[in-house]
Amino acid sequence: MSFYKPTFSHPLLPKNEVGYRKADYEGAISTLCAGCGHDSISGSIVQACYEMNIEPHRLAKLSGIGCSSKTPTYFLSNSHGFNSVHGRMPSVATGANLANKHLIYLGVSGDGDTASIGMGQYVHAIRRNLNMTYIVMNNGCYGLTKGQDSATADFGSISKSGSKNMYQAIDLIGLALELGAGFVARSFSGDKTQLVPLIKAAMAHPGFAFIDVISPCVTFNNNAGSTKSYEFTREYMTATSKMDFVPKREEILVDYEDDSSIEVELHDGSKIRLSKPVQGWDPHDRNSAMHKLLDAKSRGEIITGLIHMDPKTQDLHNILNTSDTALNQLTEKELTPSLEALEDINQSFR
Amino acid sequence: MPLGSGVNDFVVRFANVNGTGSASANGIFAKALFRMGLPISPKNIFPSNIQGLPTWYEVRVNENAYLGRREGIDILVAVNPQSLKQDIASVKSGGYLVYDNSKKLHDSFLREDINFIGIPMMQMCMEHYSNPRQQQLFKNVVYVGALAALLDIEMEVIKGIISDQFARKPKLVPPNFEALDMGAKYAREHFDCPLDIRVERRDKIGDSIMLDGNTATALGLLYGGASVAAWYPITPSTSVAKAFEDYAKKLRVDPETGKKNVAIVQAEDELAAIGMVIGACWNGARAFTATSGAGVSLMNEFIGLAYFAEIPVTLVNVQRGGPSTGMPTRTQQADIISSAYASHGDTKHVLLFPSTPAECFEFGAKALDLADRLQTPVILMSDLDIGMNEHVSPPLKWEEGKKYDRGKVLSAQDLEEVKEFGRYLDVDGDGIPYRTYPGTHPTKGSFFTRGTSRDEYARYTEQGDAYVRNVDRLSRKFETAKSMVPSPQFYGKKNQSSYGMLFFGTTTYAALEAMDLLQGEGIGVDSMRLRAFPFNNEVEDFIHQHTYVFVVEQNRDAQMRSVLIQELGIRPEKMLSVLNYDGMPITADKIFKTVRHNLTELNPKMDAS
Ligand SMILES: Cc1ncc(C[n+]2csc(CCOP(=O)(O)OP(=O)(O)O)c2C)c(N)n1
Ligand code: SF4
Repeated sequence: MSFYKPTFSHPLLPKNEVGYRKADYEGAISTLCAGCGHDSISGSIVQACYEMNIEPHRLAKLSGIGCSSKTPTYFLSNSHGFNSVHGRMPSVATGANLANKHLIYLGVSGDGDTASIGMGQYVHAIRRNLNMTYIVMNNGCYGLTKGQDSATADFGSISKSGSKNMYQAIDLIGLALELGAGFVARSFSGDKTQLVPLIKAAMAHPGFAFIDVISPCVTFNNNAGSTKSYEFTREYMTATSKMDFVPKREEILVDYEDDSSIEVELHDGSKIRLSKPVQGWDPHDRNSAMHKLLDAKSRGEIITGLIHMDPKTQDLHNILNTSDTALNQLTEKELTPSLEALEDINQSFR
Repeated sequence: MPLGSGVNDFVVRFANVNGTGSASANGIFAKALFRMGLPISPKNIFPSNIQGLPTWYEVRVNENAYLGRREGIDILVAVNPQSLKQDIASVKSGGYLVYDNSKKLHDSFLREDINFIGIPMMQMCMEHYSNPRQQQLFKNVVYVGALAALLDIEMEVIKGIISDQFARKPKLVPPNFEALDMGAKYAREHFDCPLDIRVERRDKIGDSIMLDGNTATALGLLYGGASVAAWYPITPSTSVAKAFEDYAKKLRVDPETGKKNVAIVQAEDELAAIGMVIGACWNGARAFTATSGAGVSLMNEFIGLAYFAEIPVTLVNVQRGGPSTGMPTRTQQADIISSAYASHGDTKHVLLFPSTPAECFEFGAKALDLADRLQTPVILMSDLDIGMNEHVSPPLKWEEGKKYDRGKVLSAQDLEEVKEFGRYLDVDGDGIPYRTYPGTHPTKGSFFTRGTSRDEYARYTEQGDAYVRNVDRLSRKFETAKSMVPSPQFYGKKNQSSYGMLFFGTTTYAALEAMDLLQGEGIGVDSMRLRAFPFNNEVEDFIHQHTYVFVVEQNRDAQMRSVLIQELGIRPEKMLSVLNYDGMPITADKIFKTVRHNLTELNPKMDAS
C-alpha cells in the first residue's frame, strides 16, 4: 500500500515563483528501509523541482522496477508517473518524449535495472540523445530481491554475506562518456549540497543528462568491505568542483573573477558555475573528462560532481526534425492525408 | 487438378536467382495481365537469404477471380541452372518449359510429356549489350518479351508499364524496349504464337488495385493518425515500417517548415519497440509497432503491462513459419494463441484478421481506434502471404472528415467538473475507465501507471478484493470489445446446410474457391469468415447453428479451433480441422479434398467419388 500524507501545509510556508510550496513536490510516504540512500535522493529531487519552479504536472516521472524505481511514488505526487517493467524505463521514456516534447522527463532507475537487464535500453537512450534526466540510484546491489551483487558492484567489494565480488564493475559514467552523452555527473545520496544543483542543471540540459548517484543500501550493502557503503563513499569521494546552478531568470551580474571558476551556459540561458575545478580537467572536453575518470579510478577515488557537459547537443526531436507542436496534440487535420492523396495512391497501384 | 482451360486460367512460375533483378521483370509481367483486366495473384517464394539462392515467383491467372494458390504449373520460366532439374520436374504434364538455351540442355533433363521452348536469352543479351550488368538484367526482360508473344499479352500494355516505371529515368526506357522486342521476335520466329495457354483482354477487375498487405497496413496506420512508430527489422513485417516511413515522408511534412508530424524510430530490439509505443500511447499519441512471431515473443512482458495498466497499443503481427526461426520466409497463421493470450497471468488481447489489402488498410486505422477506445493492446494479425505478396483488392477508401475515436480521455475542462478522478473506476459500467494525458491539469487528474496491482484511484495495493475488482472489470471490458470489433462475413445464403466452414485471413481466397468446388459436387456448406477476436455473438450463433464446422487454418495445432472451443465452450467433436502448415498458402484443392474426405467419413452415403 502507498500511504499518502495529508496535503495540508502551513499557509505561511513560502511558495516558489509558480505558486507551489515545497510540500507540493512531495509524494506518498516512503516504504523503503529507514536510512536508504534512495530516500535522500527523492528529497533532493523534491528540492530541485521546487527551486527550479517546475509545475509538477509538467513533469513526467518514469522508472523501471526495484527499490530505486519505487521512488517516483515518493516525490511529486501531482505528476504523472510510470513504473514500467524491469530495466525498460528508457524505451517508455523515449515513447513518452516522442509523443510530447514539451514536458520534462525524469527517469529513475537502479544499478540492477540499468546495468544488467536494462543495459541495452540505457545505451540506446544515450545514443539517441533523448531529452531527459536519467538518475541511477546506485547501491551496487539488488535491493528489492534482497542483496545480490549488481553489475556495478566493484571488483573485490564484499557483500553482506561476506563473499567477494569476482567480476569487473560496469561504470555507467564511463559508458555514458564513451557513448557521447551531453551531460554526465556523479554524486552521492548523502551530499545534497552537490546533488540538488546537479539535478537542476540536468533538467535544464537540452538532451540526455545522466547522474549516477551512489546510494547505499543500508539493508544489504552497507557493511565493512562494501565499496558502495556510506562510510566508504564518504572516505573516497572527491568532488570535481563546487557547483552552482544559476537559472536563466536571474540576470547574472555577479562577478566571478576567481581564476579557478568556469561558467557553462546552457541553451536556455541558465548557467552552471563551477568554482575551483580540479586541475587538468575541462568539463566541456570529453577526453579530459574521460581521463579524469580513469585517473581517479586508478587511485581508488570516486570523483563526484559534474564530469562532462556539452550544452549544444541535438536532442532526438532535433534529429528527427519533428513538428514544434507536440505529436500528441496533432489532430485529424494534420495527421490524415487528403482524399486526393489517397486517390493518387490508389492510382499508383493500377 | 485439371489443366486450366487455357485461356485466362493458368499458373506461370518463374525460377530465378535471388538478387539478379528478376523481381522487377516478373512484376511487369504480372502487372500487364492485371492491366488487361484479369484477376491475378502473384506469390513470391523466396529463401531466407539475400543473394544467390533460387527464388520463385508464381502468378495465377483466373478470370473467375479464384485467387488462392493453385497447385500445378502450366508454364515454367526457368532461368536458374541451379534449380533446373527440380523446375523441369514441377511442370504439369502437357505444360511448357521456357528456358535459356544459350547452352544446350543435357538430354537427361528432357521430358516427353512437356513442351520445351528454348530461347537463347543470355546469348542474345551478350550480343546486344556490352555492359555485363545490363547483359544480366535484360535477360529478364527478354523472357517477358517472349512471354508476351507466347501468351498474347498486349505489347503496348507492357511498354506502358515500363514507361511508367522509368518515368524518372527515361534513358532506361529504350534498352528495355529493345530487350522486350528481341524476346518477342525470337518467340514468334521459332514457335507457334500464341500457345493454347494464353490470355485475352477482359474487364474483370473494375476499379481494383493491386498491392501488398504491408503497404496497405502502413497506409491505414498513416490515415488512422499514428504519429509515432517504433519497430525492429524482421521478415515479413519490415515493409510495414518501411512503407509507413516512405509515405510519411511525403504526406506528413509541414510544407512551410519542413518539419514532420511523425516520429519513426528503428529501435534496438522488439522490447524497446513496444516500450516506446507504450510510452507514446500513455502520453496521448497514437503509436504502433510491426513485427512477426519472434518479436511478439520478446514483447510479451510489455504486452502484459499494457493490458494490465490499460494502455492503448497497436501491434501488427505479420506471421511467418514458426516455431523459433522456423521458416522465416514462409507463411503461417500460427501465432493465434500466443497473440491472443500474450504475456503471463490472465491476459486476453483483441485480434483483427484482415484478408485483403483493403482490409489491411481499414483494420490498420481501426486498430488505432479500438486500442484508444478500449485502452488495451490490439494486434493486427496479418501474415507473410497477404503482407508481402501483391493481391487484387478493392481500392483503399477513407471517409471524408472521419474523426478518430480517441476513447475516454478527460480534458482539463472535464477534470474541473470531476469531483475525484479515479483512473480505474468503471464509471459507465462497460469496464472501460477514463484516462488523462500527462500535463493536462495542474492539480487534477495525475495518476500513477504501474504493472502492479492498484485500486480504483491508481494507488498501489495488494488487497485481494481490489485486485479481483480490477481484473473482473478487465473481463467486462473484453465483453464490451465484442460489440466493437468487426463482425464476421458470410458468403452466399446463410444456414442452407448443416455443415459450416469457418476461415479467416489469407485462407479466405482458397476457402471460397473450395466452396464452389464442393458445390460442384453437390456438397453444400455454409461459410463464415472470422474477422476478430473476441468472437461476437454472430460467430457463436453460426457454430451453434451447424452440426459440424470445418475450421480452415494454417498451423499444425489447429490454434483457432482451440481458441473457439475454449472461449465459446463448444463441444470439440463438432469442430473439424482443415490444416495446412508447409509454409505455402493453402490451396482450394486441399480444402476441398479434406472436407470431402471428412464428410464421407461422417456420412458414408455422401461418398461422391
Ligand atoms: C523480468 C524481471 N526479472 C526479475 C525481476 C525481479 N527484480 C525486481 S527488482 C530487481 C533488481 C533491482 O535492483 P536495482 O535496480 O539495483 O534496484 P534497487 O532495488 O537496488 O534499488 C529484480 C532482479 C523483475 N521484476 N522482472
Ligand atoms: S533494501 Fe536496500 S535499496 Fe531497498 S529500500 Fe532497503 S535499503 Fe533501500
